[in-house]
Amino acid sequence: MAVEIRMPALSPTMEEGTLAKWLVAEGDEVRSGDVIAEIETDKATMEVEAADDGRVGTLLVAAGAQNVKVNALIAILLAEGEAAGTTPTAAASTLEASNTPEMLTPAPAVEAIAAEADWTGATANVTVREALRDAMAEEMRRDDNVFVMGEEVAEYQGAYKVTQGLLAEFGPKRVIDTPITEQGFAGLGVGAAFGELRPVIEFMTFNFAMQAIDQIINSAAKTLYMSGGQMGCPIVFRGPNGAASRVAAQHSQCYASWYAHCPGLKVVAPWSAADAKGLLKAAIRDPNPVIFLENEVMYGQSFDIPEDDDWVVPIGKAKIDRVGSDVTIVAFSIMVGRALAAAETLAEQGVSAEVIDLRTIRPLDSDTIIASVRKTSRLVTCEEGFPFAGLGSEIAMQVMEHAFDWLDAPIARVTGEDVPMPYAANLEKLALPQIEDIVATVLATCDGFRGA
Amino acid sequence: MVQKATTPRKKKPGRPPKAIATGRNDIPTTEDLTAMYHDMLLIRRFEEKAGQLYGMGQIGGFCHLYIGQEAVVVGLQSASKTGDTVVTSYRDHGHMLACGMDADGVMAELTGREGGYSRGKGGSMHMFSREKKFFGGHGIVGAQVPIGCGLAFSHKYKDEANVCMTYLGDGAVNQGQVYESFNMAALWDLPCLFVIENNQYGMGTAVTRAAAGPALAERGSAYGIPGKQVDGMDVLAVREAGLEALAHCREGKGPFILEMKTYRYRGHSMSDPAKYRTREEVNAMRKQHDPIDQLRELLIMQNVKEEALKAIDSEVKAVVTKATEFAQTSSEPDPSELFTDILLPVSCGTAASTEA
Repeated sequence: MAVEIRMPALSPTMEEGTLAKWLVAEGDEVRSGDVIAEIETDKATMEVEAADDGRVGTLLVAAGAQNVKVNALIAILLAEGEAAGTTPTAAASTLEASNTPEMLTPAPAVEAIAAEADWTGATANVTVREALRDAMAEEMRRDDNVFVMGEEVAEYQGAYKVTQGLLAEFGPKRVIDTPITEQGFAGLGVGAAFGELRPVIEFMTFNFAMQAIDQIINSAAKTLYMSGGQMGCPIVFRGPNGAASRVAAQHSQCYASWYAHCPGLKVVAPWSAADAKGLLKAAIRDPNPVIFLENEVMYGQSFDIPEDDDWVVPIGKAKIDRVGSDVTIVAFSIMVGRALAAAETLAEQGVSAEVIDLRTIRPLDSDTIIASVRKTSRLVTCEEGFPFAGLGSEIAMQVMEHAFDWLDAPIARVTGEDVPMPYAANLEKLALPQIEDIVATVLATCDGFRGA
Repeated sequence: MVQKATTPRKKKPGRPPKAIATGRNDIPTTEDLTAMYHDMLLIRRFEEKAGQLYGMGQIGGFCHLYIGQEAVVVGLQSASKTGDTVVTSYRDHGHMLACGMDADGVMAELTGREGGYSRGKGGSMHMFSREKKFFGGHGIVGAQVPIGCGLAFSHKYKDEANVCMTYLGDGAVNQGQVYESFNMAALWDLPCLFVIENNQYGMGTAVTRAAAGPALAERGSAYGIPGKQVDGMDVLAVREAGLEALAHCREGKGPFILEMKTYRYRGHSMSDPAKYRTREEVNAMRKQHDPIDQLRELLIMQNVKEEALKAIDSEVKAVVTKATEFAQTSSEPDPSELFTDILLPVSCGTAASTEA
């Protein structure tokens, strides 16, 4: 059957070109892949190859013709035995890309997230550090495919001692010291997750994960979508995030809004030991990539936590840590403690603050925030990260969209200052949001608009 | 440590290929050779059709064709065993077909249809098949290399006697993460075969303008990784080198590097005018080293009838025609697909790794 040869597009933006010259004549035999013509665009001269074996029938466009539209018929290729002049019978389908705008169906509702179990049993007082270690140990006992990998996680027992004792219990096959090679071991972890293992990848701090962020975003977060749902990537990237103490700009950044920006990731940032343990267990069991943001300053703090080796806190559920009626304070990670302290001070001054611990950044539990704002009519967000395009900006927008009519005052945010972290003790303190900053911001929010 | 191969040279007709002359147990039978011929021809015809469809505007975005390099992936697949995994970058259609993925699904992904391997959401550079052990199809140069080490790590972790064949190009060898991967693979004896497809150009930059040092096969020498240069236009040389390298990895001796000296006939992508090389250079490769022509000559020498080869040609043509029709008639993805496959569902507290 005769084959149509059409003017090719050589780039997604090309609409027409010049047929510079034919390299074949009517009647010539050609093989698939032979160069038959040259065409010119404003950028370059390119070759057109025959896409089939056959004999050149009619050349429909003369050499030198300009402004030949892409997809225009330029020649006919004849099959064996066909006479010149034969035209294709079943005209090759000239498929038009459908440009009809169609109504997009809205995103499906976020899956219902189970509430965590109420705990009435015995509790133990443990540090956040121990809670994280116990979560990993319990999940490693539960599932042989869980392994821990990172710098100094095994023999050194963890740069911050979070993996203490894991090597002794699970051995070097499952607790693996890596070279200092973040992009390499993050990518290796992604490959292992594609290979149906359950890696827990520790970054010594999330500052170093910037070396690996291509693997986290492009490989871990996007591959499920790009594979039409085939390639799940059950991996946890964990480690301390945000400012520690006196380590300056390169070691003191909060990455919550960076990772929260990207579909395909879950982002968790616990405050208490119970949440650290329960959320890390949920993260390890989750079939998706989870960014687990810890805080170095919190590692040594102790909390009561349930004595239960199946204590799992669902990802995606915020927690109201203090009930109040005048203002909602939203915080996560280390800022929760400061928000609770601020609420205590505010109570002494007659302001009843409700404190929400987000616990998960993505998916964000907007329902809990909005319900609270509809009750208190005021909102202050708290984060250690930079203000520009931070979590507070996103939360403010969501409240505008869903609770605008309930607001009695503009939403306010308490954030780190918009500067690289300084080293000097006094400057560092000024750069980070303190309890007094939260108190002052809440009072301004309430005072200026009291009785409105 | 590095064994040098001669630069691709036109084989004299009649000279038996090395794999046959050495009398090894793994000498390919005529059926094996015929199968390799079929697979290489399928890739060639498939890619030619893809180029044509791109020209017609039916394939969008980037499209990187494998024409000229067919012997590399076909030779290595013929040396591999069931369960071995494959990962590569974005010049990936040939790898998918060689892994046994269905031409219909690959072509339909190129046209962005629901019948595509990624249901139209990945395109040319992002296709996968767990069933066929093909793990992509990755769009960032070099990023597939640590991923390949991770797949090799999982083979070792699960005590599987399998190897991950990790393909990278002569452009990717200059990415830092490749050396992070070499180090880890050697340190932990990962069963990872690094296949450097040296097609002489990283986009428009000749390898001599981009890569310092001698052979790319030696790039692992600092880590103690053995490397070998292979005539990547000779499918039997590829197969033989593959058997040796895969045996090395499978025996727990750690990674191996094969540098395949090959050549792409087409531009880097469809919009590449290829002005960085002469037409004479391309034509010389096509005329003197074409991997398909070389194997065809060998088959004829082995008394395979012209009709039998013609039958393969027709069969391949039919497969490509069917794939094209499927790719043109399969529907565009439903708009609701926009919001699927972002996260997998989870039932917290019950999910175990086997359910993933």
